[in-house]
Amino acid sequence: MIVELLDKEFFQLALAAALLVGLCAPAVGTFIVQRRLALLGDGIGHVALTGVALGFLTGTAPIITAVLVSVAGAVAIELVRARGRTSGDVALALMFYGGIAGGVMLMGIAPGGSSTKLNSYLFGAIASVTREDIWIIGGLAVAVVGVVAVFGRELFVLCQDEEMARASGLPVRFLSLLIAVTAALTVVIAMRVVGLLLVSALMVIPVATSQQITRGFRSTMALAMVLGVLASVGGLLSSTMSARVPPGAAIVLLALAGFVLALGVGRFVRRGRSQESTVSEHPNRVEEAA
Amino acid sequence: MSETAFAMTGGRVTLDRRPILRGVDLTVRPGEVVALLGANGSGKSTLVRALLGLIPLSGGQTLVYGSPPARFRQWWRVGYVPQRLQVGGGVPATVREVVASGRIARQSRLRRTSAADRAAVDAALESVGLAGRAGDPVQELSGGQQQRVLIARALAGEPDTYVMDEPTAGVDAETQQLLADTLATLVLEGKTIVLVAHELGPLEPLVTRGVVVRDGRIAHDGPPPRPEGECARPGHEHVHPHAPAEPGSPLGGGASVGPLSGWQGES
Repeated sequence: MIVELLDKEFFQLALAAALLVGLCAPAVGTFIVQRRLALLGDGIGHVALTGVALGFLTGTAPIITAVLVSVAGAVAIELVRARGRTSGDVALALMFYGGIAGGVMLMGIAPGGSSTKLNSYLFGAIASVTREDIWIIGGLAVAVVGVVAVFGRELFVLCQDEEMARASGLPVRFLSLLIAVTAALTVVIAMRVVGLLLVSALMVIPVATSQQITRGFRSTMALAMVLGVLASVGGLLSSTMSARVPPGAAIVLLALAGFVLALGVGRFVRRGRSQESTVSEHPNRVEEAA
Repeated sequence: MSETAFAMTGGRVTLDRRPILRGVDLTVRPGEVVALLGANGSGKSTLVRALLGLIPLSGGQTLVYGSPPARFRQWWRVGYVPQRLQVGGGVPATVREVVASGRIARQSRLRRTSAADRAAVDAALESVGLAGRAGDPVQELSGGQQQRVLIARALAGEPDTYVMDEPTAGVDAETQQLLADTLATLVLEGKTIVLVAHELGPLEPLVTRGVVVRDGRIAHDGPPPRPEGECARPGHEHVHPHAPAEPGSPLGGGASVGPLSGWQGES
């Protein structure tokens, strides 16, 4: 049955989108989780809805307006975060509500807008990915992977210890904006696959799963990318088995199931390790990995 | 002039409208081993962070190798050892990954890790005795071992000047001795060292200059204060504050004069 599907163009496009999301989202997510910004993707996702609606309103491709608005939103979020004021927390919340409400409102007004269209962006519609979408998603994915490859070393230091990054002469403000903008691009990549409301699930869950088992940063990222691809492709396949299975939700639930499984495996693996190494060597080891 | 590691003149820092540093003049010349001493809250940690430009000055100026921190470009010349290891949001990192990040100021963006990078990281791991744990997550190490990771990270960068914020605090005796041995090697190599300390312990013989910070000002700058009598005995718990010296009394062989009291006592 899958072999038959492989001949169909809609399935090829959906599979390509699933692969790209599965690779990119956990790669960026590893830095974001390390930086304690796990909810950043959710925030950008909310703001991106306004971008999508602006596309419908102006007759531009929604994916392009989503890129523009979510990048602007990510920059705004980073600027508020960097100021570190307590009122910044509320400012961010206001921006997120505005993003969703503005998106729903504009979508209602827009000539081509409908609640079906709205739902397809909120919860994903991987089967309706077009050839043009794939070109844009592919371009964004190249940008995301490029950022990780070129700036990965610096981003690691930044996400580990911002003060250390500053004392090493790294361009902290630029790198902070870079990670926020890269997250915004990832949100747009994932938008068609899992939907804006679940967009950061693929940035966070595979990383949380991976770090139960791995010992290093690189290995966490590598395993998270494998898990991301497994979840997104697996979710897509399960939705082709039955038309009643929504692919976006299936992908996220599959990733969550992996997390629960890894929790048990991780505990088992760690217990084995601590019996190997002498207990007296590190008496107050930190158990909280999650 | 640009060989002077740090030069602060009239340095002031205000945090949340509270003055922390109130006019500090401090010059650190090459090859010096300067201990910044003072009670908790005296401003000594703020001072080292201001020297590195991690905290902006609200008055005065500070230079790192002749440049204000914002315009300084040769960050590979300075190795910073913070008070404790930050482990971030829970993503594991191996000892080797953290130590290798000490090379960042020497690496260019588009070049891969070189053989020289790898050799420096190996040597740094070796000298703090963590070569056998290179592949372990830093989160699994004890406090003393994490302190060694921080020192190894600075060593890996092969800087000219080391800035260490309380490297001996809360660390086991073995790690303290290892730190002293490491510093002795660095001193022989002619490196400059600025360290914040509550108690010098085994580092004491290496220190060439003691700077006592009190209430955001420098209260003494000269030869390091040596413990005497009862306080000099090994294992002495230093709990009582010294009696304040007479203002203007000659101390430390006629070098700059100031009361030495109270830099160790409070804890």
